Amino acid sequence: MFESIVSYGLAVGAVYALIGITYNVMYSASRVFSFTAGMLGMLGGVLGALFINKWGFNAALGFVLVLACGAVLGLVTEVLTVRPVLKSIEQHLYVLSTLAFALMVQQVTAIEWGTEAQPFPVLIPIDASSPAGSIWGIVDQKFWLPVLACIVTIGGLEFLYRRTLIGRAFLAIAEDSYAARALGLPETQLRLASFALAGVIGTLAGFTGAQMLLAFFGNQSILNFYGFVPVALGGMGSNRGAVIGGLALGLFQQAANFLVGGIFAAVAVFAVFIAVLLLRPEGLAGAPAARRV
Amino acid sequence: MTDTTAPARAGGMSWLGRLEGRLSWILLGLAGLALPLLDDSYIGTIAERAFIYWVLSAGLNLVVGYAGQIAIGWVSMLALGAYTTAALAAGRVGPEWNPYLALAAGGAIGAVFGVIVGLPALRLRTFYFAMTTLGFATIVTQVALAWKDVTGGGVGTPGPVFPWPFEPGWGFYYLCFILAALATWITANIGSSRYGRALVAIRDAEVAAEASGIAKPRILMLVFLLAGALGGVAGGLFASLQSYITPDAFTFEMSVLFFIAILIGGRGSILGPALGTILLTALPEFAAPLVQWSTFLYAALLLLIVLLVPGGIADLLDFKNRRPLTQHREIVPRIELLPRVLDQAEGGHAIELAAIALHFGGVRAIDGLDLEIHSGEVHGLIGPNGSGKTTTLNVISGYYAPSSGTLRLDGAPLPFEEPHARANHRIARTFQTPRLVGAASVLQNVMIGGTVHGEASFAEAMLSLPRHHRDERHLRQAAMLALATVGLESLANVRADRLQHSELRFMEIARALMLRPAFLLLDEPAAGLSTEEIRRLGALIKAISREGTGVLLVEHHADLIFDICDRVTVLNLGKVLAAGTPAEIRSHREVVSAYLGA
Repeated sequence: MFESIVSYGLAVGAVYALIGITYNVMYSASRVFSFTAGMLGMLGGVLGALFINKWGFNAALGFVLVLACGAVLGLVTEVLTVRPVLKSIEQHLYVLSTLAFALMVQQVTAIEWGTEAQPFPVLIPIDASSPAGSIWGIVDQKFWLPVLACIVTIGGLEFLYRRTLIGRAFLAIAEDSYAARALGLPETQLRLASFALAGVIGTLAGFTGAQMLLAFFGNQSILNFYGFVPVALGGMGSNRGAVIGGLALGLFQQAANFLVGGIFAAVAVFAVFIAVLLLRPEGLAGAPAARRV
Repeated sequence: MTDTTAPARAGGMSWLGRLEGRLSWILLGLAGLALPLLDDSYIGTIAERAFIYWVLSAGLNLVVGYAGQIAIGWVSMLALGAYTTAALAAGRVGPEWNPYLALAAGGAIGAVFGVIVGLPALRLRTFYFAMTTLGFATIVTQVALAWKDVTGGGVGTPGPVFPWPFEPGWGFYYLCFILAALATWITANIGSSRYGRALVAIRDAEVAAEASGIAKPRILMLVFLLAGALGGVAGGLFASLQSYITPDAFTFEMSVLFFIAILIGGRGSILGPALGTILLTALPEFAAPLVQWSTFLYAALLLLIVLLVPGGIADLLDFKNRRPLTQHREIVPRIELLPRVLDQAEGGHAIELAAIALHFGGVRAIDGLDLEIHSGEVHGLIGPNGSGKTTTLNVISGYYAPSSGTLRLDGAPLPFEEPHARANHRIARTFQTPRLVGAASVLQNVMIGGTVHGEASFAEAMLSLPRHHRDERHLRQAAMLALATVGLESLANVRADRLQHSELRFMEIARALMLRPAFLLLDEPAAGLSTEEIRRLGALIKAISREGTGVLLVEHHADLIFDICDRVTVLNLGKVLAAGTPAEIRSHREVVSAYLGA
């Protein structure tokens, strides 16, 4: 039982962490929390199953196509729902515009794909009888794929932000968009790029986690919330915080599931979420800010 | 005395406007009462559904439309109320309850969880609250699926059947109708009371609301309580309407319907959202092929509204406020009215700052400041940009806790607490950039300033009891008087966001006067005013101080400062560069070289 708590918990936790990073990437570029994060996660699974199971593409092509769709959706999100309301960010209209867009996509999915959870294909064919297969097969791929995706993403982002010019430009926008614009940074293009990147990360989370979570339109609201909990725990914009928070959330949830049942797990997660928000609103690792007058 | 009765009349709503509002409600009510005459049970069911949704939306309207809190998952309250009522009435928990009692219990559970879900809204930015309500909706569904003993899990549980007098059929219809009417009545009462204005002020001008003594946490709690209770009651009715409930009945998408109904109707209106709810409930019934796509269409509609008409249809139809205002308006304060506005019996108060310091990280915004403000005096605070003038004002009005030093009021320490507590010490202020509720009338904006003088409780306002009416009458009279004093009474019924900048400055002063302040803190009131307006402003400020109010005036206009101040303190880099009478300051060598210029 212990192994299943750890393997399942880490895998789900990695998906939550990736959705949290999706929130963060969009937030850093625009100060907007977008409800499309969960939608991207949901689509990663649904589109993957559609391309590979229904249309018969091979796994690699399906994977690339799914991420490309994610990037396009990220761009659409920025142009359609974020840019028009940025100038009145104080009114928080983005909450409604991104939510509305996410719901539209979810409804199309529900109607065209169906409201039943459908299986997701095994991505990497592993022959358990061969020596190599037996090594890889010790832990099911549905458990290590999301963890691997999470490691690759966080490594890639670290490299992007610390080693490349465009990554530093992202950081500059996130830190102070006025100053960055004054320096001549193309804020709009960088924001677009960030949303495309978020689209890729979000669908990656859904794609790698879908053997576990299935291709199911209802994953959207679940991922929206459980993906945001790590952000609240780790502090807005902190990707490391999101990873630690996500993994902790996954483990806690699975342990509670196994030990005391699902009702308690759901209630406990919500209680912890509210408690953290009230006691440490800036997140466990964040710093308070704000001058209002 | 004729001069003061005229403005009071102008403040009242026009006779036609009032009838217009009432008339729509009377027509709606009659239509609702007479609907059973059609004897069409299909239409009856649609109407029941609309009433039930409205019971929830009416409460949600206060949260979303008035307070501006984006509660996107309020469907959870519907689910909680439905399961509580159904489970209790069916005897799944203990003995079988009377369905009416079970319905009340549903409301109570809704109220409790409304408050719990609302907790993050008290401290945090809007998005967190939106996310909390979404998360709660997700979790309620999960618990409903997992807690099979009580909810029946995925299989579901039968809804309650109400006995006489509201038995199934038209009896139940009237139960829904009565509760919808009740929900309308109490939320409309709240909306038009000082609590309603306070909610809108929290939405559009939070800091000004706090400075006027509005305690955001307390009032939001009350509203969440009410909205949760209404959601719970709606849930109980919904369970009975559905006759069998499963977790699928409470999809998150339902929240969108409630939400758009409110947005379409317009923020801060009751009738608009009510019509929106009826429309959105009925629409899919008459366009059968669209039922499958209804949520998609609602979401698309939501997106369109947010992008194109964030003010809702009500804003589009607000013709009254598109009539052009008179050009070349003049602000002529009537200082002779001041004694009646301020009504200062006793003077002799003093605020003393001793060695106050405030650091933001390594920045010393204020660095050992001594300052005294006395009743009946104008104290000028000048200095270059960044010298700590506004920060000083923010310390006095309770927005910042000083890092060290003491702040005393009449000799007793004035502790750092929530900014809204300062209003109880009768310390009022204005802001560098005017903070206003743009969508409300000038009169209502000014009435916000007198919120602390109201005596009626939330419950009294909700039930429209006599004390509430007395409050309203007093506030309205006081606000008209304050407006007449600053010279804006002719604009009392104009939307505040249509005013010129200089008029907003005077409106803020009128709002501050509503507190009958012992101390008035003015943050650059002359910025953006013409020379003539500055002269009138100066006369007004001086007259206010002569009524016994201590004034702290932060300003850049040296002429104004030297004209009206009794004492002047000059700040530079957070320290006092000089202090004394205007004459002493004017000849102070360092001040002249650092700030005034030769």
